[in-house]
Amino acid sequence: MHIPDGFIDLPTSAGFAVVAAAGVAISIRGAKSSLDEKTAPLAGLTATFIFAVQMLNFPVAAGTSGHLLGAALAAVLIGPYAATLAITIVLILQALLFADGGLSALGLSIFNMSLVGVWVGYGVFLIIKMIMPKQKISISIASAIAALLSVPAAAAGFVLQYAIGANATFSVSTVFTAMIGTHFLIGIGEALITFFAVGAVLASRSDLVYGYKNETSKLEIRAN
Amino acid sequence: MKQKTFLISGFIASLFLAGIVSFYASSHPDGLEKVASDIGFIDSAEDHTNSDGILADYGVKGIDNSRLSTGAAGVIGVVATGVVSTGLFFLIRRKSGD
Repeated sequence: MHIPDGFIDLPTSAGFAVVAAAGVAISIRGAKSSLDEKTAPLAGLTATFIFAVQMLNFPVAAGTSGHLLGAALAAVLIGPYAATLAITIVLILQALLFADGGLSALGLSIFNMSLVGVWVGYGVFLIIKMIMPKQKISISIASAIAALLSVPAAAAGFVLQYAIGANATFSVSTVFTAMIGTHFLIGIGEALITFFAVGAVLASRSDLVYGYKNETSKLEIRAN
Repeated sequence: MKQKTFLISGFIASLFLAGIVSFYASSHPDGLEKVASDIGFIDSAEDHTNSDGILADYGVKGIDNSRLSTGAAGVIGVVATGVVSTGLFFLIRRKSGD
């Protein structure tokens, strides 16, 4: 979902770049409390793993591929603020080094994936986690549903940008239907990868999972 | 599992995915590209500013073997992301005593 230059006009791109920059600034402050000597390298590994898996396009429908976004995965593993920063770093490096995603469109992509994708994903995760039994498997399932919905949510961000400042004149509703449909399919792949990745970390080092750790630390306080 | 073992395993897995598995990735257009070409607004896309860069489109310029070229680009990307992100996360972390 890396937007090339030219799809969206420059004023709209600049506007979203300002919003994206504000979101990143807030995330730097927000991430401070969850990052320490122990979790900072884990956040770095999360960004690195997401970069690697974003190279692995999987087929979704005739002639279409998709790859992991990683927004919900990162939000569950390292918390939403650090996740916003992790996805942003990946997007900037992809645009600068690999010519993946236009430079003038960087603010648009950061808005869609680092902000909308992460926060919709994290919100869905919290809601599902609340209504599920308190077990490890619930964390994996909540993560997978969050992942499934985070992808069409990020795609909806693009449709919003298209509606405001597209350089083309095709109808917004056509773009909306196609974007949401395609990205719901990609979301299924996203959900599977996220389910297994979160499960793997829970199995080896559950104490490192932000979305699980919060739960246990709250219980400890209650027990005291 | 020790934290160090965990981090090293994760990094090696990332190197393996980006360096070796990436060659087998689908080369079909992604969701946005596909939608853009089906509807027709793909024509408004402009060439990337860095489209002639040495790592453009996840290949290393000058390496003709596509398996090697993609793999090397993946390894460079993993190392770059690892160094930049871990460095930045350390910079903004809560210092002990805060």
